[in-house]
Amino acid sequence: MTALETVIGLEVHVELGTKTKIFCSCAVEFGAPPNSHVCPVCLGSPGALPVLNEQALALGIRAALALNCSVPAQSKFDRKNYFYPDSPKAYQISQYDEPIGQHGFIEIAVGGEKKRIGITRVHLEEDAGKLNHSPYGDVSFVDLNRVGIPLIEIVSEPDIRSAEEARLYLEEIRSIMQYCLVSECRMEEGSLRCDANISLRPVGQREFGTKTEIKNMNSFRNVQRGLEYEQERQTGILARGENIAQQTLRWDEATGTTLVMRSKEDAHDYRYFPDPDLPRIVLSAAYIDARRDEIPELPAQMRERFEREYGLPAYDAGVLTASRGLAEYFDQTAQRVRDPKSASNWIMGELLAYLKAAMLEIDEIHVTPFALADLIRLIEDGTISAKIAKTLLKDMLDSGKDAKTLIAEQGLIQISDEGELRAIALRVLAANPKTVDDYRAGKEKALGSLVGQMMKETRGKANPQIVNRVILELIAGGE
Amino acid sequence: MSLSRKDVLHVAALARLHVTDAEQEALAQELSRILAYAAQLNTLDLVASLAGVEVTSHMSVSSMVTRPDAPGESLPPEVVMANAPDAEEQQFRVPAVLEG
Amino acid sequence: MDFFSSLQELHAGLLKREATASELADLSLQRIASLDDRVHAFLHVSADCVAAAKETETVIGQERILDGIPYALKDNMCTRGIETTCASHILKGYIPPYSATVAERLNDAGAVLMGKLNMDEFAMGSSTENSGFFPTRNPWNLERVPGGSSGGAAAAVAAGMVPFALGSDTGGSIRQPAAFCGVVGLKPSYGLVSRFGLVAFASSLDQIGPLTHTVEDAAIVLQAIAGKDERDSTSANIQAPDYRAALTGDVRGLRIGIASEYFGPSVEIGVRNAVTKAIALLEQLGATVSPISLPHTEYALSAYYLIAPAEASSNLARYDGVRYGVRAVDAGNLLDMYEKTRSTGFGSEVKRRILIGTYALSSGYYDDYYKRAQQVRTLIRQDFLDAFESVDVIVSPTAPTTAFRLGEKVHDPLTMYLSDICTIPVNLAGLPAISVPCGVIDGLPVGLQMIGRMFDEQTLLRVAHAYEQAAGMAPLRPALAMGVKA
Ligand SMILES: [Zn+2]
Repeated sequence: MTALETVIGLEVHVELGTKTKIFCSCAVEFGAPPNSHVCPVCLGSPGALPVLNEQALALGIRAALALNCSVPAQSKFDRKNYFYPDSPKAYQISQYDEPIGQHGFIEIAVGGEKKRIGITRVHLEEDAGKLNHSPYGDVSFVDLNRVGIPLIEIVSEPDIRSAEEARLYLEEIRSIMQYCLVSECRMEEGSLRCDANISLRPVGQREFGTKTEIKNMNSFRNVQRGLEYEQERQTGILARGENIAQQTLRWDEATGTTLVMRSKEDAHDYRYFPDPDLPRIVLSAAYIDARRDEIPELPAQMRERFEREYGLPAYDAGVLTASRGLAEYFDQTAQRVRDPKSASNWIMGELLAYLKAAMLEIDEIHVTPFALADLIRLIEDGTISAKIAKTLLKDMLDSGKDAKTLIAEQGLIQISDEGELRAIALRVLAANPKTVDDYRAGKEKALGSLVGQMMKETRGKANPQIVNRVILELIAGGE
Repeated sequence: MSLSRKDVLHVAALARLHVTDAEQEALAQELSRILAYAAQLNTLDLVASLAGVEVTSHMSVSSMVTRPDAPGESLPPEVVMANAPDAEEQQFRVPAVLEG
Repeated sequence: MDFFSSLQELHAGLLKREATASELADLSLQRIASLDDRVHAFLHVSADCVAAAKETETVIGQERILDGIPYALKDNMCTRGIETTCASHILKGYIPPYSATVAERLNDAGAVLMGKLNMDEFAMGSSTENSGFFPTRNPWNLERVPGGSSGGAAAAVAAGMVPFALGSDTGGSIRQPAAFCGVVGLKPSYGLVSRFGLVAFASSLDQIGPLTHTVEDAAIVLQAIAGKDERDSTSANIQAPDYRAALTGDVRGLRIGIASEYFGPSVEIGVRNAVTKAIALLEQLGATVSPISLPHTEYALSAYYLIAPAEASSNLARYDGVRYGVRAVDAGNLLDMYEKTRSTGFGSEVKRRILIGTYALSSGYYDDYYKRAQQVRTLIRQDFLDAFESVDVIVSPTAPTTAFRLGEKVHDPLTMYLSDICTIPVNLAGLPAISVPCGVIDGLPVGLQMIGRMFDEQTLLRVAHAYEQAAGMAPLRPALAMGVKA
């Protein structure tokens, strides 16, 4: 049997970070009591009419541009008609044939290689409500708080070739949306959602195989797991010489399998038509340019720059650009120190560990990039040792004081005065003749013990390089 | 253009309308008559003259109406639920929804 | 003083304390009590209207003509706390959580809501026989329909139960009943009056307007309801001009267009004669009359009966028995609930139009039906634009006939649709139009339709007013209304 190639396309929904819903002024709030953010418009009351939220439009356009889409001067809203209790008007206001963005792409790094994934379209639409199901299975409950929260749907080209690529693509989308302040993209809260189309075909074949659609993959891990499972399942079916049924499937996290939701025969006829309640969207070139200007340096560009400008390893650049806040933090720190790699080490090591333990975000801590840079510079110019710096950073994070204040308070300035250190070293050597003899006898370890004694004498403040040199000189001189 | 009973049933299913056996035939005839009349839009002369004609989907003279992203008042929860045919604990109750 | 007096006269009477607002509300209640068991114009009479009227009594001011004036709304305009049904069983008992912008504006102007008026269910019909509850009868002849879908509004004004009412017009639903009942009915330009709170039938065609006894009254009511509304994205961003100031009575030099397409064989001879006479009168007043052509008129009905049902099929999908309205009781599962609720809640005409509209939008038919209809619409708009290059107003019959008998057309939907031939193109083009009485044949009024340029209600009202004054016909008073003591 010929080798099979996996073909995946993703449909990603991103909730836009607006204060209010897309067509009414109800506040957007996650986790509010049921039906507490509902008005005649989002309740679908007879006679109520939608009015577009300017910020939803702006964020949608910004997102489309950040995904390298072309944004046409005109687009429109259409009604997607379907009956479902989570859809109060029995139609969703969406965009059909004139979306706000088309023909975009993003790049992901697969095994060290850059790969471009095409984006077919980005369109604006309203979210549906939430259904809660009775444990007895006889009734369902409808909560409309989520109805009308602005979404963009990002539809990829079928350019994705593995479950891992799908996860990388999704992570990159999240990163870009977060960098652009379009959305917080919390998958666990549903502000980032992902459906996938997957099919297999013999390598070299142009036409696509029969695809299935998978829904309900509600974490990055589940996206990868769900697609891996489905890829295996389809491979098995084809290996048995059977045909794939075109179906919509539901990823079931508990069992780690996909379940059939509906078959092709049940496919909807959405009867899209232009929504007469919403005038066409008309965008001036100046408006589009202004949205483009709002886009910051994106993660891919930043990674590249960190490697180029600061000489960081790709791994560091990847970790430090995981969020815009972290990347900017590093960038500002690195600009102020001699060795950017040391800034990377401090942030990736001490700082990230602290954030994780304290469950904080980078913008929630006391230590500014300036303060961290000051600390690193104090090490670089020999004022304090790295060891003391570690303790200091902890104090800085706890107290909010800067390094210089803490050093002054605690008398922590490093002793680099050679004369002073020589005097202490003489005392240490005199008190430890056995160790000195051991060293002379070739026991390298003995040197460490002597340095340790020095540090003890100076309460850690001795400059370790000078201590090393002075001790070696004194031992050599004493021969 | 004439509609069969099957067409009527298909369209009725899309519109979530139940059509009884007795209604099917009558509706098929009525709708066929109306659509036969509307089919004058498909006469060759008109279709030819419509080539390149824009659609008028929006009557509105103004375009791009937006509102600021400023929260306003939502309805009091009891008002939201006031007209509900069936409700429980601030939620609308419906027969079980099977699809995920 | 009665409700055949002009709004200006009623206002003067209130200022001079010849009557109080609560007395006017009482008068209205008496008229309703004595006439409506025969006319059936009202679906709901407001319980607290007299109390509401009393509240206005202290504030009646010189410039506030509508202070303390009773009125009623077609039952497809939402009124907070007051049942709003669209004359449909599916909305029986529905209490809206908010009021339509027009209701708020009239309330702000001091007008007193007497109640809600019968209509064809969801405004689908031309006779008010499609009301889910009962048909309304024509005050001129109780065996005749009042027209529709704003039949309750036209009948209530014609019978003098209220001095004015608001109706809605999607394909003629203000103008045709106004013509049948001998009152003035104005359909404003699309976007001039907010649709917020108007239960949608066909969103790109619906427009709210007044039904009154005189053109001046129509201008006064329009003034109160017109203008930009932030809650309706299709509401036009224009400042409403002073409509009454436009009523100069002078039509000298005005160019009137007559389109032969509106005088086809379906137009009854009596109607034709009355309209011809009216045109002659306008000429005497100094207007010039010239023939024009609106060549795509023949396609208007087809386009309308695809576009309006298509939009309706979507607009009426929300009546699913989940959040409001009447839910069928014996439903087993969700699908069953939807189908039973909608099949028992909607009347046959509504279901018919939902089915046509669903079909026109469905996969495989969209291009041949819906899209083509929207292209035809463009041609019809263009016809009017071309015509308005050479004329200022287009004059025609409002309806090809006078009021027909109850039951005469109700079982023949297509024939019923054809009776809207003169009014429908106007909605497709979004233009303003008015119907004013131009005669009475065999005891039934005839309506004269005038169509104006987009947002040029001023010219339209000026011509209608000049004609009305010269013809000396307004207000028309049906025999039924004369015998009533008030
Ligand atoms: Zn809302």
